[in-house]
Amino acid sequence: MMPTLAGVLVLVFVLFKFFGGDPAEILAGQVASAEQIDAIRRELGLDRPWIAQLGIFAREVLTFDFGKSWMTREPVSEIFMTRLPATLTITIPILLLEVLLAIPVAMLVAYFRGTLLDRIVMAVCVAAMSVSFLVYIIVGQYLLAFQWGLFPVQGWSDGFWNNLLKYAPLPVLLATLVSLAPQTRLYRSFFLDETKNDYVRTARAKGLSEPRILFRHVLRNAMIPVLTNVALLLPGVFAGSFLLEIFFSIPGLGREIFLAVNRSDYPVIQAFTIYLAVLTMFVNLAADVLYRLVDPRVQLG
Amino acid sequence: METLWSRLRQDRIGTISLGIVLAYLALILAAALGLVSAGWNREVGLPYATPSLLGVQPSLEAALPAGAARPRGTSPDLSAVDPLAPKYAEWARRTAELEVSEPERSATLPWGGDRWGRDVLDKAVKGSQVSIAVGVAAALFATLIGTLLGAFAGFYGGKTNDFLEWLYNVFTSVPGILLVFALAAVLRSGGLSKVFASGIWMVVIILAVTGWTGMYRLVRAEYMKHRSREYVLAAQAIGASAGSRMFVHILPNVGHVILVQLSLLVVAFIKVEVILSFLGLGVPVDMVSWGTMLSEAQTELVIGKWWQLAAATVFMAVFLTAFSMLTDSLRDALDPKLR
Repeated sequence: MMPTLAGVLVLVFVLFKFFGGDPAEILAGQVASAEQIDAIRRELGLDRPWIAQLGIFAREVLTFDFGKSWMTREPVSEIFMTRLPATLTITIPILLLEVLLAIPVAMLVAYFRGTLLDRIVMAVCVAAMSVSFLVYIIVGQYLLAFQWGLFPVQGWSDGFWNNLLKYAPLPVLLATLVSLAPQTRLYRSFFLDETKNDYVRTARAKGLSEPRILFRHVLRNAMIPVLTNVALLLPGVFAGSFLLEIFFSIPGLGREIFLAVNRSDYPVIQAFTIYLAVLTMFVNLAADVLYRLVDPRVQLG
Repeated sequence: METLWSRLRQDRIGTISLGIVLAYLALILAAALGLVSAGWNREVGLPYATPSLLGVQPSLEAALPAGAARPRGTSPDLSAVDPLAPKYAEWARRTAELEVSEPERSATLPWGGDRWGRDVLDKAVKGSQVSIAVGVAAALFATLIGTLLGAFAGFYGGKTNDFLEWLYNVFTSVPGILLVFALAAVLRSGGLSKVFASGIWMVVIILAVTGWTGMYRLVRAEYMKHRSREYVLAAQAIGASAGSRMFVHILPNVGHVILVQLSLLVVAFIKVEVILSFLGLGVPVDMVSWGTMLSEAQTELVIGKWWQLAAATVFMAVFLTAFSMLTDSLRDALDPKLR
């Protein structure tokens, strides 16, 4: 884990140092004299050799102190902590709903495998996946919120329950609907892979009914790949909803990063990249441990 | 190749999908050569010209009651304080000297017009060209990077493998969309922004640099499986070099894995390109892609002009559905053991 973190640190540093623009010129703005730019350069330590600058950057990472945003003068860590709750308020319900909905739908389709229903559902899934997420958001926001007034068009408040019950439902609904198609396709293949196993044939041979095989035996074993897939989705809860946040003006992490990219606000982008990489690593570690608990055959390497 | 073709021919969905994909390719080739949609940027219709099927609809101005739009009263005489006042007469004279011709604008277009009266159908065709070209080019680059690194890691193992695995871990531990955003920020404001003046290459590079990891993992696994197979050992015995074993002997045998993953990448990259262009981080403003069409469509929908949204959505959905179906058929044809 440490070598990976060091790698992320170097990657971000190299990216911004050797490919990015001159921070001093971005900070100074359009009308700045050479002296002003020099002064900023000294202040940021940009006149030092690059290895010293890497040292400064590494210290920033290890102390979790990335200084202040270039544009709003807010401390970066404060921006991160204040934006995180809004993001989690919509991503966690999305993750829960999509998994809990996809499992029964996929089981149903797997039960009717090879029939017309199976083929129709699969074809609808492929077609639904081919329409851009943007279209779902644009049309959903227009019809459900603007035309029919079932939800607020956009917005956010300070109260958690108000956010969750008033502003979050529409984005959550749209994201869940969109991710249902790929998840169903994936989970169906998990169930079908399991039904090829010997224990299923044995269960059939001793005369168990098909639904009983599916619920008692296949479901339990198929939970292992399902869990792996959920673990893969978990890191996405931090930045995965940036489109929703932009469309619905939700003050979350994804929207903040997008704004930072547009303003060339380097400290915010660098800090968020590293924070989220660290969070992702911890989530993956936790998922590995959990995986071991569910399936005793798995060895932690 | 022969068997692949005959297997694909038996698959009815695969054949239809292949036909649609080929039709798209012919269309974008014609668009690239300027045979169709060369004038997508010309303002040929009235602003928001309606689709021909709907017929002419009254414009917003005409719907106003007569006289409602005209301001009442006379404007006060400002010539005493207006510093530009002495110039007005001269400007009016010089304007009169210029010959202005207003091109004939039609009230309806086959699939409607956008805000500036450009033909939406032409835009959708040109947008297909840009979006598909970006997706395919980025997928090819990502495949090149992933295949080379995966081949080295899988074939040599040891230190090479350790180093490349570390690189893979570094790239995958940063959430994909963040890496895309960081690269976009850097490339937009950095010195390289002048190198990629056309802007379209920037998107290709962002997608390729962030998207090679899946291909790397697959190719590496295949090479680890193949490197100690008998045919490779036999090649080594007759003196084939490491490079020759990797790219002449093993590569053709893992080609089917690469081909299927390449097709999956094309679909994924087109979707990301559309989102990036929508956010203004993708193709430059003087070009059109499905993403820029959707970003215009968002504001148009509020005033009830739905045709640009429909055009971009239909063009994109048909292509991606056909391409995904083709990928599925291709995988089945290449690997009969799977289902």
